[in-house]
Amino acid sequence: MTKSIEEINLKIRDGSAVVVTAEEMPDIVSELGEEGALREVDVVTTGTFGAMCSSGAFLNFGHADPPIRMERIWLNNVEAYAGIAAVDAYIGATQESTTEGSTYGGAHVLEDLVSGKQIELRAISKGTDCYPRRTITTELLLEDLNQAVMVNPRNAYQCYNAVINRSDRTLNTYMGMLLSNQGNISYSGAGLLSPLANDPHFNLIGSGVPLFLGGGEGVIVGEGTQSSPSNGFGTVMVSGDLNSMSPDYLRAASFTGYGVSLYVGLGIPLPMLNVEAVRNCAVRDEDLITSIVDYGTPRRDRPVVRTVSYAELKSGQVEIDGEMVRTSSMSSYSRARKVAHELKSLVEAGSFMVALPTRRIDTGKRSHPMRETRQTPRIREIMNAGVTTITEDESVKTAARKLLRGETNHLPVIDAEGKLVGIITTYDVSKSVLLKGESMKVSEIMSKKVVVVSPDEPVDVAAQRLEQYNISALPVVDSDHHVIGILNAVDLGKLFSKRWQP
Amino acid sequence: MKLFLTIQRDVLKRPLISQVVLETGVLINVERAHIDANEGWVLIDLPEKEETRISSRLTELGVEVKKLENAVLYDEHECVECGACLSICPQEVFSFDADYHLVIKEERCVLCGQCVCACPHQALSIRQ
Repeated sequence: MTKSIEEINLKIRDGSAVVVTAEEMPDIVSELGEEGALREVDVVTTGTFGAMCSSGAFLNFGHADPPIRMERIWLNNVEAYAGIAAVDAYIGATQESTTEGSTYGGAHVLEDLVSGKQIELRAISKGTDCYPRRTITTELLLEDLNQAVMVNPRNAYQCYNAVINRSDRTLNTYMGMLLSNQGNISYSGAGLLSPLANDPHFNLIGSGVPLFLGGGEGVIVGEGTQSSPSNGFGTVMVSGDLNSMSPDYLRAASFTGYGVSLYVGLGIPLPMLNVEAVRNCAVRDEDLITSIVDYGTPRRDRPVVRTVSYAELKSGQVEIDGEMVRTSSMSSYSRARKVAHELKSLVEAGSFMVALPTRRIDTGKRSHPMRETRQTPRIREIMNAGVTTITEDESVKTAARKLLRGETNHLPVIDAEGKLVGIITTYDVSKSVLLKGESMKVSEIMSKKVVVVSPDEPVDVAAQRLEQYNISALPVVDSDHHVIGILNAVDLGKLFSKRWQP
Repeated sequence: MKLFLTIQRDVLKRPLISQVVLETGVLINVERAHIDANEGWVLIDLPEKEETRISSRLTELGVEVKKLENAVLYDEHECVECGACLSICPQEVFSFDADYHLVIKEERCVLCGQCVCACPHQALSIRQ
């Protein structure tokens, strides 16, 4: 048996369509079988509510008098992209305020607009014959704009990696706070309620399909940026009118140490046309598998610690190396449910129709990493290989002499086999002289916990590490912990100042 | 239950808590302590039934004693019930009920403030 989209829309219009949420569907299919569920259910509603950084809106302000071609625009001190005609701008969710930093950003501007709050616009221009005005400052409400169209390049991830941190310090990431030594696990996504998880082959989801976006009705533009459905990481680009949205489903967020993001409530109604559609919507959290990835490795390809189902993630704890580690969700499951239920009511009330894609999304696509024609310099290339070292048994006096002669402030301390066992600085030496004279041995005053880098790490990692630990030099060690060089902050500073300037 | 003790500089140097433990035989758990130039504060946990006895003895010794109540300030309009706070709290103050609504057991809070930083929606703060 199959059903046509017209048939389903007819039933929606006359109020007789049977609508269930994607959370209710698996049990219905278990009970009635696929054919039975197809006969019974017309539409399955999905929902998700999570941080979707790749969001923003096109705004048209209308012309001022005298007119201005706005070249740079700030909305509540958050810069919007103004390189599009005279009075249009795109405000991106993650753009941060020039005055308030990461506590206020584009996402907050969007939430404020939708909440009916007044926004201050400032803009500058060089002035032209047709647009003579050079500056403008004005206050605006959402209703004062001609258009405010949300266009989110990449929303509703089909699946997202869960994350853990195996390093020895707490990390602040876009996946929230990750405690050191695998202290917690963070994940995102609504599992069985997620729109794309219920249509993994993009049979029903594609260009032109209506969706619930931020509390209003929007439309799927098509393939999302970075979409990679062939390995389960599909995304969609979506659009909707900001005027139809509500702060219940559009919420700005600020992640400590990371920045601003926008929580978007998004749901797609899926018409049950055939057995395959029913089968896809019968998916359970147990069937949805993702990887737990170690964010303690600051590289693109991070080690996978294990795979895990959404059922395990939602249970609140997951076993890692025989130990139960607690989980946190970054997206809201209660709000995802609210989206699916709200969408269900809208379809039942006959005010939300379903449609088939006017253009299919390429399911074979796999996103690839950036082509880099210039490799970031590695530590090996800029480290100082002529490093002066000292052994544990030498005296502080010898250390002082070496520090002076080497014109350095840091001496890596090595054992008899040449392996790094500590570090001493001019500060340590001065302190020891004051305390106990110069009769002490290096091993008595050295710091045993040494922050190091390896020669093949990118220089950016070293820069981040120097800043994190508030230190000014890093011994470079090979895989056997032999000291092969030293990297100091001054060299790194020179490199960065030459390398990139805005 | 938890008591929040504020201790003035001149009193600070005496081993007050040990003294009270020895005198009363009540096992007191020190959960957090902070000392700065002028005063210090200590958060202690003790059995509910011993509260009056311990409070009055500490007050006699010059300590300002306050019962720790409503430690976690929660803004329900900002909260979206994501759950970012669940795994980072060392005291397991936060959990979900069967419907994924946030449950806060604030009597467990030791004022560490970790949740304040972890909340993406700035919905949590700690009573000072």
